[in-house]
Amino acid sequence: MKLDLILRVMTKFILPYILVFALYVQFHGDFGPGGGFQAGVIAACMIILYGLIFGLPAAQAIVPQGLVEFLIPLGVLIYAGTGVVGMLLGGNYLEYTYLAHEPSHGHHLGILFVELGVLITVASTMVAFFFAFAGRKRT
Amino acid sequence: MVITLINGVLLTLMAVVTIGIVRVRNLFAVVILGSIYSFLMASIFMVMDAVDVAMTEASVGAGISTVLMLAALYLTKTEEAPPVHSVALPLFVALVTGAALIYGTLDLPPFGTADTVMHTHLGAKFLADSIPDTTVPNVVTSILADYRGFDTLGETTVIFTAGIGVLMIFKGRSKRRPETESNKSDAA
Repeated sequence: MKLDLILRVMTKFILPYILVFALYVQFHGDFGPGGGFQAGVIAACMIILYGLIFGLPAAQAIVPQGLVEFLIPLGVLIYAGTGVVGMLLGGNYLEYTYLAHEPSHGHHLGILFVELGVLITVASTMVAFFFAFAGRKRT
Repeated sequence: MVITLINGVLLTLMAVVTIGIVRVRNLFAVVILGSIYSFLMASIFMVMDAVDVAMTEASVGAGISTVLMLAALYLTKTEEAPPVHSVALPLFVALVTGAALIYGTLDLPPFGTADTVMHTHLGAKFLADSIPDTTVPNVVTSILADYRGFDTLGETTVIFTAGIGVLMIFKGRSKRRPETESNKSDAA
């Protein structure tokens, strides 16, 4: 426990920057490289790094297993729901033009929601993988 | 010239790492070498200006896969068992596959050529139309989330299915065998 002091301090130091980078990749995806998938994986990396250094119970205290299992379908629902909303507002499925009064705003809004759905599903799935593997005992 | 040199160095390192993966029998070392391989691949993607792919490769290939492989190694032995069969057949399959792949690359246009079919027809159309159509400056994002929205919805569903599948396998196991139920392990 004493030997990993540097790892623990450095992890605590680096965690917020990983999250900020994930959010940057997510919400700057319209302008720079990146998008929901990359941001989701980076956000999941933050939880996984925390779990590696501080143990699985600590990571599951932040992101409970039940929340992860709730978020995996939620992301797909947000994505598919964006398409349905576009349909209800008079367009085709996944057509973003009618989501706002201005077509260009609609496209921005649609991409924002769709990428949010991808982020939620990808991040929670990766965290679920980690929890599933790390939760196993050696037999 | 500089880019050719960088690519040459990176590809040579990748070949060295591959030989290392084949020869080393300690699986822990193999996993770490695989992680290094992914980072080298991500660097090559960076040199090729495919930053999105590089990010994915670095975080999934070098990050999460390595962690999952190490977690799996914790549950099994870390030394690869000596092969029971002769290596002749696998070597033959690998050589034939490699030869077929190299034969396939002979028909590809030279690297970086601008006037190929994929750059002159659909690619040029997307580059010209995406900003008037969607007003999103990043063409990759507008293609992924807007033009190809159905495709990305399918990809998200694939990840969803994979997550549900893994959860079902692991949860199903722990119900039948109650001793593995406790999550107190600080594995990996």
